[in-house]
Amino acid sequence: MKKAFEYFIERAIFISGAATIIFVVLIFIFLLKEGLALFASESIRSFLFGRNWYPISDPPQFGILPLILGSLWVTVGAVVIAVPLGLAAAIYVAEVAPSWLRGILKFAIELLAAIPSIVLGFIGVVFMSPVLKYIFNLPSGLTALAGSIMLAFMALPTIVSIIEDALVAVPKSYKEGSLALGATRWQTIYRVMLPAAASGILAAVMLGIGRVIGETMAVLMVTGNAAILPASILQPVRTLTATIAAEMGEAVAGSSHYYSLFAIGIILFIISFIINLTADMLLHRK
Amino acid sequence: MLKNIILTSMILFLGLVIVGCGGGGRAVQIKGSDTMVNLGQAWVEEFMKENPEIPIAVTGGGSGTGIAALLSGTTDIAQASRNIEPKEVELANKKGIHPKEFHVANDGITVVVHPNNTINKLTIKQLSDIYTGQIKNWKELGGPDKKIVALSRERNSGTHVFFLEHVVKLGDKKNKNEFAPGILMMPSSQAIIEEVSANPSALGYVGLGYCTKMQKILAVAKNERSPYVIPSVSTVTRGTYPISRSLLFYTNGEPGEKVKSFIDFVLSPEGQKIVLKMDFVPIK
Repeated sequence: MKKAFEYFIERAIFISGAATIIFVVLIFIFLLKEGLALFASESIRSFLFGRNWYPISDPPQFGILPLILGSLWVTVGAVVIAVPLGLAAAIYVAEVAPSWLRGILKFAIELLAAIPSIVLGFIGVVFMSPVLKYIFNLPSGLTALAGSIMLAFMALPTIVSIIEDALVAVPKSYKEGSLALGATRWQTIYRVMLPAAASGILAAVMLGIGRVIGETMAVLMVTGNAAILPASILQPVRTLTATIAAEMGEAVAGSSHYYSLFAIGIILFIISFIINLTADMLLHRK
Repeated sequence: MLKNIILTSMILFLGLVIVGCGGGGRAVQIKGSDTMVNLGQAWVEEFMKENPEIPIAVTGGGSGTGIAALLSGTTDIAQASRNIEPKEVELANKKGIHPKEFHVANDGITVVVHPNNTINKLTIKQLSDIYTGQIKNWKELGGPDKKIVALSRERNSGTHVFFLEHVVKLGDKKNKNEFAPGILMMPSSQAIIEEVSANPSALGYVGLGYCTKMQKILAVAKNERSPYVIPSVSTVTRGTYPISRSLLFYTNGEPGEKVKSFIDFVLSPEGQKIVLKMDFVPIK
């Protein structure tokens, strides 16, 4: 009786575990099936490197270079903002803050992760974009920078908690040894703790990027969605994700526009896959 | 095989959703044009006061979304702010669906700018030049030396498609004009309204019902020789305002009893009074 129960539980857990893998594979097969259909009428080259995104024109043009660059600008901007901030915050939480404050800070950081992206997008439209327009004297504040700032907020919790974990995981003897040799607290953090936690920090950055590149709603609301080849972060951009979100509703099922949106999905899938794989390898490198 | 599994699970899931929401009878589904969501909602509210036994649900998503839902059989009425395209009819017929059109209201596409903007009127040609990126500065139109921030709806919007065909392409389907890549694509009419109210160099277009006192409505002329007309209920009804359009319902063939009683209500004087109240334009 007990044995049968044990067996049943084991099987149930196995099925749950296998289910995630099956779902990922099914999603990928579905994406491939719908996305690759585009390349019956369109070359991969003109898809990846075409400069014009006019999916509903006659004849349509499916160049996603502006969209790739748009995603890139927004992501790079977000990383530049979020990584130094996140690193500093993590060092403070892990090494400097008194223990009563540490609890509050960790809770607040988790709370930041709980804000729905659409709320951040709304704040971006109503508050951030007019401020940016005023500061940089722009024609409009709906720019890649507005998206970067919003996404930096979204990536911060991920980055802070993983770096903090990495710092806490550094063996205590390293720190004690350094302090015993007469190094100051800052020297210890800078010269000993950070290098020791380097792979965790890099993983945090990668996972932060993963969070940013897949984000859709906030970006759709604040970046202006103009499919231009952006020359600066102060220009409007159209990202890969926003394009899918904005156009999927209109695309006639079975048209090349519809397939092209799935093809963009494949590109996004590949990008996140590479990012997550890198992060995973960094985290488990010993 | 795979297809069957997916199909079955989808049907099961849909079944659950319907059982979950519907209670007894299945709700009549209305889906489509974002321009018409609020209007549809107002009709339904009024209609359900008198016919509480017919539950109706209204959702948006864009005209294309509505027509796609009609084609896949997930909606009873598709709301559309543009005519169904030949390609879509062809696809529908292939699936054994025969879209039937009902003209339920009219709308004027209103061109709006910030209240401080000194420009009061534009021709369709000028609008086309702005949206194709040939006119880039308000100075070229006699305004201040400021870059024009031209705002458009996203491609999932019937308003976008209508504006593209009737303004950007100057009403000529063969015309090769396109929205310039630098045009900002906004995810909703509300987003356009917000940006225009806040940005003195912005220019946008929305349905008549969306305008408030925070934007200035421009008069539009067909060409330099014709009169400049401000969009309003009377100018749209008389057809003097050059960029007005029909708001439509599509059903699959002759509508069933419940759907028909709703459409009859929409077309009745009472239903058309609601059109007026929602700042759209009645058909008569």
